[in-house]
Amino acid sequence: MPFIPHTETDIQDMLAAIGVNDIEQLFDEIPSALRTGPLNLVPEAMSEMEITRLMHRRAAQDHVDLNFIGAGAYEHHIPAAVWQIATRGEFYSAYTPYQAEASQGTLQLVYEYQTMMTGLTGMDVSNASLYDGASALAEAVLMSVRANRKSKSHRVLMPATVNPVYRSVTRAIVHGQGIELVEVPFDPATGRVDPKSLAAFEGQDITALVIPQPNFFGVLEEADALTDWAHAQDAQVIGVVNPVSLALLKPPGEWGGKGADIVCGEGQPLGAPLSSGGPYFGFMCCRKEHVRQMPGRIVGRTLDADGRTGFVLTLQAREQHIRRSKATSNICTNQGLVVTAATIHMALLGPEGLERVAAACHANTHALIDRLKPLGVTQAFTGEIFHEVALRLPRPVRPVLDAMAQQGVLGGYALGDDYSDLGDLLLVCATETKTEADLDRYAEVMKAALAAGSA
Amino acid sequence: MLIFERSRSGRRATAQAPLRVADVSALPERFRRGTRAPLPELSELDVVRHYTRLSQKNFSIDTQFYPLGSCTMKYNPRACNSLAMLPGFLNRHPHAPETHSQGFLACMYELQEMLRDVTGMKGGVSLTPMAGAQGEFAGVAMIRAYHDARKDTARTEILVPDAAHGTNPATATMCGYTVKEIPTDDSGDVDMEALKAALGPHTAGIMLTNPSTLGVFERRIKEIADLVHQAGGLLYYDGANLNAILGKVRPGDMGFDVIHMNLHKTFSTPHGGGGPGAGAVGVSERLRPFMPIPVVAKEGERYRFMTEKDLPQSIGRLSAFAGNAGVLLRAYVYMRMLGRAGMPRVAEFSTLNANYVMARLKEKGFELAFPGRRATHEFIVTLKRLAKETEVTAMDVAKRLLDFNYHAPTTYFPLLVPECLLIEPTETESKETLDGFVEAMAEILEEARTSPDKVKGAPYTQPNRRFDEVRAARELDVAWHPGAALDEAAEQGRAD
Repeated sequence: MPFIPHTETDIQDMLAAIGVNDIEQLFDEIPSALRTGPLNLVPEAMSEMEITRLMHRRAAQDHVDLNFIGAGAYEHHIPAAVWQIATRGEFYSAYTPYQAEASQGTLQLVYEYQTMMTGLTGMDVSNASLYDGASALAEAVLMSVRANRKSKSHRVLMPATVNPVYRSVTRAIVHGQGIELVEVPFDPATGRVDPKSLAAFEGQDITALVIPQPNFFGVLEEADALTDWAHAQDAQVIGVVNPVSLALLKPPGEWGGKGADIVCGEGQPLGAPLSSGGPYFGFMCCRKEHVRQMPGRIVGRTLDADGRTGFVLTLQAREQHIRRSKATSNICTNQGLVVTAATIHMALLGPEGLERVAAACHANTHALIDRLKPLGVTQAFTGEIFHEVALRLPRPVRPVLDAMAQQGVLGGYALGDDYSDLGDLLLVCATETKTEADLDRYAEVMKAALAAGSA
Repeated sequence: MLIFERSRSGRRATAQAPLRVADVSALPERFRRGTRAPLPELSELDVVRHYTRLSQKNFSIDTQFYPLGSCTMKYNPRACNSLAMLPGFLNRHPHAPETHSQGFLACMYELQEMLRDVTGMKGGVSLTPMAGAQGEFAGVAMIRAYHDARKDTARTEILVPDAAHGTNPATATMCGYTVKEIPTDDSGDVDMEALKAALGPHTAGIMLTNPSTLGVFERRIKEIADLVHQAGGLLYYDGANLNAILGKVRPGDMGFDVIHMNLHKTFSTPHGGGGPGAGAVGVSERLRPFMPIPVVAKEGERYRFMTEKDLPQSIGRLSAFAGNAGVLLRAYVYMRMLGRAGMPRVAEFSTLNANYVMARLKEKGFELAFPGRRATHEFIVTLKRLAKETEVTAMDVAKRLLDFNYHAPTTYFPLLVPECLLIEPTETESKETLDGFVEAMAEILEEARTSPDKVKGAPYTQPNRRFDEVRAARELDVAWHPGAALDEAAEQGRAD
């Protein structure tokens, strides 16, 4: 019996101790009419050897040589130590640290994670994680409605430069609570929100403005001007940021005169493999005065009965297991193990290492753009970029991507899927994982694909 | 010691980052940060040693018996981890084209089908919710979408038993519903008269766990389902306790319209110190159009993601991509290794273990919350009498168990049983382990009677004694700074 240790003697002794004749008798409170018949769709058991063979075959089936897709999930080198330590049984198979004295490993690690995230974002406090970047933005929108007491409108400005899936997830999650998400258009020349275009909203009751940095096109928003504008309207600022970019870019806590109020984003670039989209983790930081409105677990440091420092889950009065229907969120389990990996990842890279990674991504994407210019490919927007770029192809994007994929190169993300008027735009990202030879190969494969399209 | 206190300016794990410093002069000054991010500076060995040592301060399934009720802390097979972490799976970009995703999608499709089978939810399964609470959200959002699609907008209430997990009422609120609590009767079942009184034209649905959080099977479930359906409401099944009935009873056959499963409980994916989980949802035929996307479809021999185009009435997307894929792969491997015959064995042996521990604790003098009932995969001991006689509480017993090298059961949940311990041994524990736990509990009971202060002062063997939680909340220290007030307080304490 896989993973069940009972011997026949054990079973008989246990049944005798309970005072029943067989295991079936233990289910005698369940009405017999409800009992399950045979399962039809679950196959017969496989041994570990058999399932290993099957999984190796399936994993190999999805192999590609080179991936240049970003669009919210970024390929980075992950130091070997990261997942070797994160998958130690003591981290891997522990529960949420409810018994603090027996969970100091996880609790201290989360406290260190919170400290690192506040350092990266320039904010006061961080929670212990949310599910992913998209759901973190939804939670940030809900939080801003609670935290901005000056605003009664529950209207949140959501630029069209925010990742389209994040917008759609936010809609799905806040839908039931009467919150209005107002789309803000972008400047088709720069690829970012023109702060002047917000004039239409001036004097209105706005709860919050979302600022993606970099935005979905890879372009850097004028975060300082947008932040100051929002604060002048008594609106809160929700920054949606890439944590790796923060090794180079101005932390949201320093945007404009007062800094962002809530910062969230996708933690995946900090040590989580692409892994078909998860598990990743959402992060969220805020200013100290809003901490009681924050969703999710928070670890705090305190003293024990002997006066020694240690760590506990704190401010639990915000959470569902205490506050029930009045909780800040229904979140319970979050993404602890991925946060474990991210913390080890950040500790290994350190400030200089992470800056080198960010700089290499930035430089590689620029180097790729330079290689593609001779093919008639142009940069779609004039706004400065971090590590991802929207390119305009001389042909429709879809067939070019298909032809490139046949050569084992995933060439990027077709923006036309989400922006109907951007059908000839391709979103491409070359992280630090790409060598000169990889960039050359991309250019060659694209050249062939473009030529095939014109034939 | 904190990682920041080990940091030395100028130290680096050089091999981990790019060797060359790249040119970033194209990036205008106004977008740049002024000073380097304040991350710690360490060697690779520093980091490896620090976090390895931290790991050793955790209790975990791999190191201790962990009978945490309602959490299903069963063994997490190692093959599930290593196979989910094959390079082909780790390197697959979520936007990879379907031509380069057939291996992954095949696993996901088969997982959907197996889950559909064991839950009896004929309408289908969506794997996208990333944890139990998000699965609950998906479930209640589908109930709302169903009523909205029928223009049945007077339904504003969700009924929740008073024994429910806190996530149930919190979820109902997130979906814009008001919550009405239904009391429990003396034998642990839903109070039928109260239920009948609560049902009406405002009822959108009811959220139920069966077996309930009280560790007993809700015997009149069919009657409840009929009553709720007659009132025009739908039934939501919280899968927290699916381990107790896997392969024995199916929520679909009980009359539920939608369920979420905690794959990190029943299907043995790891809890990881607080996630990631996976909260797949299954639906009846009538809720199929509202399923969260994406869902994997099989057409001929090809697999593909169904999107908004296939399910235009979907409640939408709940994650940026397709949920916690790596967790789903682990659950897939687990289910394939158990196979068809292994499913009911989970319920049988988790129930056997729970009833065995219950019988043995009773024999040792512990008071059961529902003595006339069978245990399911878990059961409740109440220490109300003990607390009155000795002032030793459930929390004290829980802390003392740590000294005996057992993780504590769940304490003070469900809220309606005073001084309770909710004990869930799971099917992967051997009789010797269970006997050891029973003996430790008996010894603590004896200590409570003879030297209660010893129990009240526990734990003694952990890295820390009991914490000042009030201080943690009042003098908030949630990110470290050099010269933090707490460090000074601790320093002062040592000097005194």
